[in-house]
Amino acid sequence: MSASSDHQDSVFSHVVQAPEDPILGVTVAYNKDPNPIKLNLGVGAYRTEEGKPLVLNVVRRAEQMLVNDQSRVKEYLPIIGLSDFNKSSAKLIFGADSTAIQENRVTTVQCLSGTGSLRVGAEFLARHYHEHTIYIPQPTWGNHPKIFNLAGLSVKPYRYYNPQTRGLDFQGLLEDLGAAPSGAIVLLHACAHNPTGVDPTLDQWEQIRQLMRSKGLLPFFDSAYQGFASGSLDADAQSVRMFIADGGECLAAQSYAKNMGLYGERVGALSIVCKTADVASRVESQLKMVIRPMYSNPPIHGTPGDWSHIIKQIGMFTFTGLNTEQVAFMTREYHIYMTSDGRISMAGLNSRKVPHLADAIHAAVTSIA
Amino acid sequence: MLPPSSYFYMMGNFGLQILVIVISFLQSLGRITMAVAVDVSQFESITMAPPDPILGVSEAFRADTHEMKLNLGVGAYRTEELQPYVLGVVKKAENLMLERGEFKEYLPIEGLAAFNKATAELLLGADNPIIKQQRIATVQGLSGTGSLRLAAALIERYFPGAKVLISSPTWGNHKNIFNDARVPWSEYRYYDPKTVGLDFDGMISDIKAAPEGSFILLHGCAHNPTGIDPTPEQWEAIADVIQEKNHIPFFDVAYQGFASGSLDADASSVRLFAARGMELLVAQSYSKNLGLYAERIGAINVVCSSADAAARVKSQLKRIARPMYSNPPVHGARIVANVVGDPALFSEWKEEMELMAGRIKSVRQKLYDSICAKDKSGKDWSYILKQIGMFSFTGLNRAQSDNMTDKWHVYMTKDGRISLAGLSAAKCEYLADAIIDSFYNVS
Repeated sequence: MSASSDHQDSVFSHVVQAPEDPILGVTVAYNKDPNPIKLNLGVGAYRTEEGKPLVLNVVRRAEQMLVNDQSRVKEYLPIIGLSDFNKSSAKLIFGADSTAIQENRVTTVQCLSGTGSLRVGAEFLARHYHEHTIYIPQPTWGNHPKIFNLAGLSVKPYRYYNPQTRGLDFQGLLEDLGAAPSGAIVLLHACAHNPTGVDPTLDQWEQIRQLMRSKGLLPFFDSAYQGFASGSLDADAQSVRMFIADGGECLAAQSYAKNMGLYGERVGALSIVCKTADVASRVESQLKMVIRPMYSNPPIHGTPGDWSHIIKQIGMFTFTGLNTEQVAFMTREYHIYMTSDGRISMAGLNSRKVPHLADAIHAAVTSIA
Repeated sequence: MLPPSSYFYMMGNFGLQILVIVISFLQSLGRITMAVAVDVSQFESITMAPPDPILGVSEAFRADTHEMKLNLGVGAYRTEELQPYVLGVVKKAENLMLERGEFKEYLPIEGLAAFNKATAELLLGADNPIIKQQRIATVQGLSGTGSLRLAAALIERYFPGAKVLISSPTWGNHKNIFNDARVPWSEYRYYDPKTVGLDFDGMISDIKAAPEGSFILLHGCAHNPTGIDPTPEQWEAIADVIQEKNHIPFFDVAYQGFASGSLDADASSVRLFAARGMELLVAQSYSKNLGLYAERIGAINVVCSSADAAARVKSQLKRIARPMYSNPPVHGARIVANVVGDPALFSEWKEEMELMAGRIKSVRQKLYDSICAKDKSGKDWSYILKQIGMFSFTGLNRAQSDNMTDKWHVYMTKDGRISLAGLSAAKCEYLADAIIDSFYNVS
């Protein structure tokens, strides 16, 4: 009766080992490294000057209140999460005075941070929207294409980053979106583009908006750094607000991982701005049908009542322009961990480590072409 | 200039209908394209989805103002005062965590290591050789639903075309999970309405008839919605036929410790299968047994025949989780790890669980006693006592269940299921009256 060697082959024999996730795997490798000079510039998670994670004071205070509140229970949240949280979230991104909100044209559902919001939005579109192609900027966050593919959308690139200028390839962007079929979905980074850190100017955003509206392209915003990019919540939401000010429809995925430091709590929201309140209410009912068989209802812990304002940080990422060999060299020789595309998380850097990083980059570019 | 939509509101519904007819006619003549200044939503054709059948019960209950109303739809534990219950050990664990000032960093994709270790040990027993041999792949999931969904996605990807067999009846969300994961499913007979018991022969027969290599979804204990579990001997026979047909057992364990009061007793079905050297999938939830409903804490476990297979399977489960939600929420996982990891808290948890399971067993007994005292017809109601867990299948049909609600303000699901977790000792007499009336006076 023992579970040892005489059994047949596993039914899982054909299951191969998956590689580590390219971004989260950087932290796995970093954690294994015993060298004391090691530096983790991979995952986008804020570090203090001492290199430690940060829990915002406002979050600690809120947690204290929650734990001490005897009347607080752990009953299931509704499928779409806490209503107060959803309303606050919508106001945060669209503006407290947004007409779309006042006209009840916005449905907002609590989701598992940015990833969960993107996935639920994409599954909804794959099921209910007539166009199943989503255009994503080149480059974009590594997890984006996987999320959309698994949700049932097909993914096409649009030009975004110009490596020669280390800036926006605006012409390329306009051409590629201009060539997209009418109704296609377009992923837009609301601010602090990941991984490049390069954003359109407000003028450029306006041109993008006009082009997209003229072609009936559906905007799907990924907002993971509101308040974190420039320090101003409103400034960081300008792109999104421009699009809904024109009365049009859009999707917006919000994450509170970075700006509230709530990474591990998985707090986020998906909003869909619709033409009418009636459509918004039908859309909400269908979002529930996506969520229920995925995880039933969202986690409660990260969503206390009121929000306070958030600490300003500079945008998180920088593209160094290092190639894969140079990155591997930096990890091997200098114990500096980063993603193989040369992206470094500025949030993982402190002033003491800058000389070490500078040495490493210098050595990498001089020894490897 | 008013937005175009307000013209329609002013015109009223009838006027709007006329306008739509006129526009359609003109459009069909090709004379105009939607020149009327209302842009149509890209989502216009989307229909309103039906409300969730289980949540709808609670909504109707809330709207009812009758003083004797009783909510037996809820799948959440209530105290004798019919209040939600946060376990004492959970509060203690949270205070400890707050004192420590834990960080909120991302968990790894597979979740909190301390939680994964604790949950596998709880399931199989800490000294189980499978654990020592590293033959179990454990990934933290979003409670039971999320863990089932990860497993369903694994099946879809690595066992294309393989079917999952689910009991008839089963938890309402099971089929939604497999549908959304695009895994085909069919049912095996389970509930016998004539005996209000297990259709054992039907179950064995249907499992035997399924194509070789099917996944058989089994409730580890406290079957939802019936409360009817196989006996140990029946579990052996079920394991026999599953092995015979090279099927893969897939356990849903949502009530470990909560059903009988004993963590080990409630895991005996899973351990029986594992001890036979079978490979199996097990989804776990801590919603009920630790009262962590809203924290969404659970796990998917895959017991494999080798450590190598377990490592590969775990890596692929991670690949499924990453594009779904990246990594799971930390709070519930820390609570579980702290409770299980501290001998004093673990002991206290076991006591609280015995209390919860005990209260449910005692209202079950009291309900049975009340019914027997009032019903002199000699009908055998003992099936109520033989059932286990939060739920009881009363044997009432749909019309009778409706009578329970309409006449007696007792809220339950249409399949005749009542949640004993929502019943107080004080209300047993009233419920007994309601059941007897519905059973005998409504057909």
